[in-house]
Amino acid sequence: MFPLLLLLCLPPALAAVDCVNEYRNGYQVRLSIKTALGDQAYDWNESELFLFRATIAFAMRKFTKTEAYEVSNIVVCNQTPRVSFWFIVTSPENPAQAISKNIVEQAVRESRNRINNAFLLTDKSLEFLGIPPTLAAPINPDTPPWLIVFGVVIGAVCAGIVALLIMSFVKRRRGKKAKEVPEEEDQAKGTDKAVTGETFEDRNGVYNLGFADDDRFTQL
Amino acid sequence: MKLKLPNPGLEDRILSHADLEKLEKEEVGDRPKWDNKTQYLLTCVGFCVGLGNVWRFPYLCQSHGGGAFMIPFLILLVLEGVPLLFLEFAIGQRLRSGSLGVWRSIHPCLAGVGIASMMVSFLVGMYYNTIIAWVMWYFFNSFQEPLPWSQCPLNENMTGVVSECARSSSVDYFWYRETLNTSADIEDSGGLQWWIVLSLICAWGVLYVCVIRGIETTGKAVYVTSTLPYVVLTIFLIRGLTLKGSTSGIIYLFTPQLEELTNPQTWLDAGAQVFYSFSLAFGGLISFSSYNPIHNNCELDAVIISLVNGFTSVYAAIVVYSIIGFRATASFDACLDGNILALLNAFELPEGSINESNYEEALNRLNGTSSSVIQGLDLDTCDIQTFLSQGVEGTGLAFIVFTEAITKMPVSPLWSILFFIMLFCLGLSTMFGSIEGTVVPLQDLGIFPKRWPKEALTGVVCLVSFGIALIFAQGSGNYWLALFDSFAGSVPLLIIAFCEMMAISYVYGIDRFNKDIEFMIGHKPNFFWQAMWRVISPLVVFVIFVFYLVTKATSELTYIIWDPESEGFPNQEKAFYPPWMYVIIFILSGVPALVIPCVAVYKAIRIYCCGTEDNAYDKKSISTVSGHVPMSEIRT
Repeated sequence: MFPLLLLLCLPPALAAVDCVNEYRNGYQVRLSIKTALGDQAYDWNESELFLFRATIAFAMRKFTKTEAYEVSNIVVCNQTPRVSFWFIVTSPENPAQAISKNIVEQAVRESRNRINNAFLLTDKSLEFLGIPPTLAAPINPDTPPWLIVFGVVIGAVCAGIVALLIMSFVKRRRGKKAKEVPEEEDQAKGTDKAVTGETFEDRNGVYNLGFADDDRFTQL
Repeated sequence: MKLKLPNPGLEDRILSHADLEKLEKEEVGDRPKWDNKTQYLLTCVGFCVGLGNVWRFPYLCQSHGGGAFMIPFLILLVLEGVPLLFLEFAIGQRLRSGSLGVWRSIHPCLAGVGIASMMVSFLVGMYYNTIIAWVMWYFFNSFQEPLPWSQCPLNENMTGVVSECARSSSVDYFWYRETLNTSADIEDSGGLQWWIVLSLICAWGVLYVCVIRGIETTGKAVYVTSTLPYVVLTIFLIRGLTLKGSTSGIIYLFTPQLEELTNPQTWLDAGAQVFYSFSLAFGGLISFSSYNPIHNNCELDAVIISLVNGFTSVYAAIVVYSIIGFRATASFDACLDGNILALLNAFELPEGSINESNYEEALNRLNGTSSSVIQGLDLDTCDIQTFLSQGVEGTGLAFIVFTEAITKMPVSPLWSILFFIMLFCLGLSTMFGSIEGTVVPLQDLGIFPKRWPKEALTGVVCLVSFGIALIFAQGSGNYWLALFDSFAGSVPLLIIAFCEMMAISYVYGIDRFNKDIEFMIGHKPNFFWQAMWRVISPLVVFVIFVFYLVTKATSELTYIIWDPESEGFPNQEKAFYPPWMYVIIFILSGVPALVIPCVAVYKAIRIYCCGTEDNAYDKKSISTVSGHVPMSEIRT
C-alpha cells in the first residue's frame, strides 16, 4: 500500500518536481466524505483524485484566464487514509517551477463553489488548510419579516379595540333612548338575567350608564 | 372560646345572608357575572398557571433532588396553597367585592391590605407584560427560515462572524444583543430600543382588547388563552419524546435524591413556589370569585384549581426536560464529534475508525503512544451530566436554552411559533388577574369619576403601566426587570397573605366565616380547614417570610450582567447595585408592605378623632363595579 502511494507521488513522464521539498508552495487538502455524505459516501480512489486535479487545473485556468494549465500540472503527494494530501501547482511553461501560494489561493477561492460541488461537499468537508472559506452573504430582505408579522398583529388589535369601543358606544346610545320610555322597560325583559332596578319602588336610583352591564337593554 | 378581636359595626358594613339570598333570587344588581362556571374556572386556572409553572418549577425540581422535590411541594401545596386559595375564594364570594372592598368591609383599618394588593398587582403587571412583549418579539421573528438565532451574523468585512457572537453563541447573541441590546450595567441606560417599544405597544394593546370590559371580555378570551397552552404542551411532549436523548432528560429530572429533603432551602423553595404559583394575595382571585353566584361551591373550586396547577407544573416539567435532554444529548454528541475529528485529523486516521463507542479506548491507546500530541490538541471533556445540569430557569430557559433546542429540530419555525404562542397565552391569562387586581380596587377607592365607563378605566391603567414599563425597554431594561422580579413580587405578597389570614381568622371571626361558608355551600368547613387557616398556614407563610428576609438581608445586593468587555466573558459577572438603588428597592418592597400599618393607623386616628367612619361603608351600598344599588338608600 505504502510503496504504491509513493509511486503515485511521482508525476509521470515529465521532469519530477520533488513534492516533499516544495511543500512551502503547496496546500494541504482534507476531505471528510463519510461525515458529509453518510450512506451515500463514495470511495476515494485514483479516479476521484484525477477529478480533483482536473478541478484545480480548471480553477487555475479560470483565474489566470489562459488555457495553459493541464491536469499534469497539478502534483499531488503524501496521501493518507484520512483522505488528506498535499498538492502543488506547477507552471505550464516550466514544470520544475511551482506557482506561488498566493495565486493558487485566489484561484481556489474564486472557484471554491464549483470545486465543492464537483465532490458534493462543502467548505467544511473539503478543507483547504490555510485558505479561509468564503462566507455566503446573508439574505437581507427589504422589510424585516418580523415587522410584517407585527403589522398584522397590531392591525388586528387596533381593529378589535375600535370595534369594541364602537359596540359599547352604540349600546350606551340605545340605553339612553330606552331610558326615555320607562313604561316599556317593565315589560321588556331581556334575555339576560340582569333585571332592571325599575321593578323596585325607588326611582331614585342613580343609573350609571357607563358600566358594563347594560345588557338589559339588548332586547331593543 | 375562639379568639376574636372586637369588630363593632361589621354587621353594618356587609350584606346579611338574607340580603344575599334576596340579591341572588331577584338577580338584581349590576355586578358583572360569569356567563358560566367554565369561564370562571378557566380564568382562575389561567391566572394561577403562568410562566412560573414552565420555567421555575422544572428548575427547582431538578436542582432540589428531582423526584424527591415532589414531597415538599405536595406537602406545602396542602398546608399552604389550598387553604389560602379556599380562603380567598370564599371571602370574595361572600362579600361580593374586590380585594379593597372586602378588607374595608371587614374593618376600615384593613383597607391598607387591599391597597397593598393593588400596588403589588400593578407593579408585577408592569414587568410581567414586558416579558410577554419579549415573547411577542420572538414570536414575530419566528416566521422565517432559518431562524435568526440559529446563526451568528457576519462582521463588517465578511471574513468571519461577529466577535461577541463567536465567543458566546448565536442564541445568546440574539437574546442579549439583538433583542435586549443590553448595556453593561444598570446605570447605563442605553436609550430606548425601538423594536422593544413596538413589542410593548403590541403586548399592552392585546391585553387591552382582552380586558376592555372586564370579565365580559376576558371571559371570552380565556377559552383560548387557558386551553391553548395545554394543547401546545402535549404537542411538544409528543415531539420531545420522539427526539434522541429526551428520556435521559426526564430521568435526570425525576431521579430522586432523598438527602435533599434535609436541606431547609429545598422546603423554602417549595413553599415559595407554591405561594407564588397560586398568584395569592394579588387580589385578583378575590375579585374573580366575587362575580360568582352566592351558592357556588368554592371549596370544590379551590381543590380543583390546586390540583390543576400542580398537575400543570409536573406536566410542564416533563415536557421541558425532555427538550433539555435532547439539547444536552445533541451538545454532547457535537462535543464528542469535535474531539473525534481532532483525533482523526491529528493522526491521519481514516474516517469511521473512531466513533462514539470506541472513543475512550482509542483515546487511551493514542495517549499511550503519543501523549504530547494529545495534550496539544486540548480536547474538551464531554460529559452528558454537565450538559444536563446546565439547568436554567426564567428567561434563560425560554429564550436561550429552548430556542437553541428548537433550532436543532426539523421544521424549526413551526416549533418556535408554537412555543412562543404557548408562552404568550400563559402570560396573558396571568395578566388578566393582575389587571383585575389593579382596576377594581382603583374603582373602589373612588379615584376615577363614577361617570367614566369601564373601557376608560382599563385604558388609563394600561396606558400608565405602558408608560412606566418603558423603563424595561431601555438598554438596561433586563436588569430593571430582574430587580422588579426580586423585590416587587416577593416580600409584600407574603406580608399581605399573612395579614389576610389573620384578618379572616381573628378580625372577621372564624365562627362567622364558618357560618358564611355553611350558608354558601351547605356544610361547615371541617377541622382541617380550621386548623390551616388559624394556625398552620399563617405559620408556614411567616416562616417563609422570615427566611426570605434573612436571606435577602444577609446576601449582597448584586445582579448579573452581560458585558462583552469583561474578562470572563461569556460567563456572566456579578456587579453591585449602585447606592441609589436602595431607594428603588425600598419603594418596590417597602412601600406596599408599609401601606398596611400606615393606613391602619390613619384610619384608626380618623375613627377615634372624628367619631364615625365614612358613610360610604353603609351596608346597603355594595362596593361593586357598577354603581346602581337596588336597595332603598343610595350612597355615593
